[in-house]
Amino acid sequence: MSENPGDDDGSFEERLAAARSRRGLDAPPNQPGNDPGGFGATPWGIGMRVGIEMVSALVVAVAIGYGLDRLFGTRPILTAVFVLLGGAAGVLNVWREFAPRQ
Amino acid sequence: MAAQGGGIDALGQFQLVPALGSYGASVNFSQSNLMMVLAGVLTLALLWLGMRPRAMVPGRLQSAAEMAYNTVMGMCVETIGPEGRAFFPFIFTLFFFILFGNLVGVWPYAFTFTSHIAVTLAMAAFVMVLTTAVALRLHGLKFFSYFVPEGVPKLLLPLLVPIEVLSYVSRLISLSVRLFANMMAGHVMLEVFGAFIVMLGGAGLIFWAPAAFSFAVNVALIGFEFLVAVLQAYVFAILTCIYLHDAVHLH
Repeated sequence: MSENPGDDDGSFEERLAAARSRRGLDAPPNQPGNDPGGFGATPWGIGMRVGIEMVSALVVAVAIGYGLDRLFGTRPILTAVFVLLGGAAGVLNVWREFAPRQ
Repeated sequence: MAAQGGGIDALGQFQLVPALGSYGASVNFSQSNLMMVLAGVLTLALLWLGMRPRAMVPGRLQSAAEMAYNTVMGMCVETIGPEGRAFFPFIFTLFFFILFGNLVGVWPYAFTFTSHIAVTLAMAAFVMVLTTAVALRLHGLKFFSYFVPEGVPKLLLPLLVPIEVLSYVSRLISLSVRLFANMMAGHVMLEVFGAFIVMLGGAGLIFWAPAAFSFAVNVALIGFEFLVAVLQAYVFAILTCIYLHDAVHLH
């Protein structure tokens, strides 16, 4: 049907798209997967997500640090190091989740 | 009841008791396991009964079954990419297992198996092992470049790689705790306000107003619980998809 005698055939799609967007008929293009649970974006929900992300990294880090300490008998050193690393990983988690997308 | 002995026993509802009489007791088959079986049976029933008519113009149940299929398929393909089709059965099973577990748990006298960290941690561990295995299978040793951020001076790598690894491993905790905490918190709230109704209602006429208020709160909480049940199942599934996307594509 693209071989129509109408010479403005190509521009029809453009005009249709323009008219549709003028009337708000086209849904704005959404990127699924970029915002997990985005429709639960209440302040409470966001706080919950940030808290879980930060604390989970810290929990894993402390567990690993404490385990390595027990293994090597270097009691407080590795735990202390891994607490710092875990805090950084928690911030990284939060950044991954809330960073502005390019 | 929750209000027995003057205190509020908000956590008693999470106790496991043997189901199915002495048969269940002999193999430690708890009500949690029974609910898991029920969730699986409900998923199968939705698909089997829904798709039995095979009508051109679907009825209500068939629409529900087709919508379930389409939603999860869309989630897989849009999040993971065209490779996502391979993971569709897994995501579908995971999503509907959690969804029906959450939804059935809101039913009175039912048990929410997702409110146990053991269950959610097991599921999250399975997801983690799967994503890591998929990444290793597809990329081999190149998978470990996932932990090396791009465009960073080499001097900083000894600091950044452990942070990336910790961030990767912490998915295990965040994935499981998110589901577990949401489900448990909701049911504790229900229990607490339910106990308020009973205790205040039995305390005399002047306490009927706060008892009625607690009842209103509980009504709202039940609705909220349904929202959380669907939302958390969705979040678990979509996060699994995102992790699989990372595993398939690396970065």
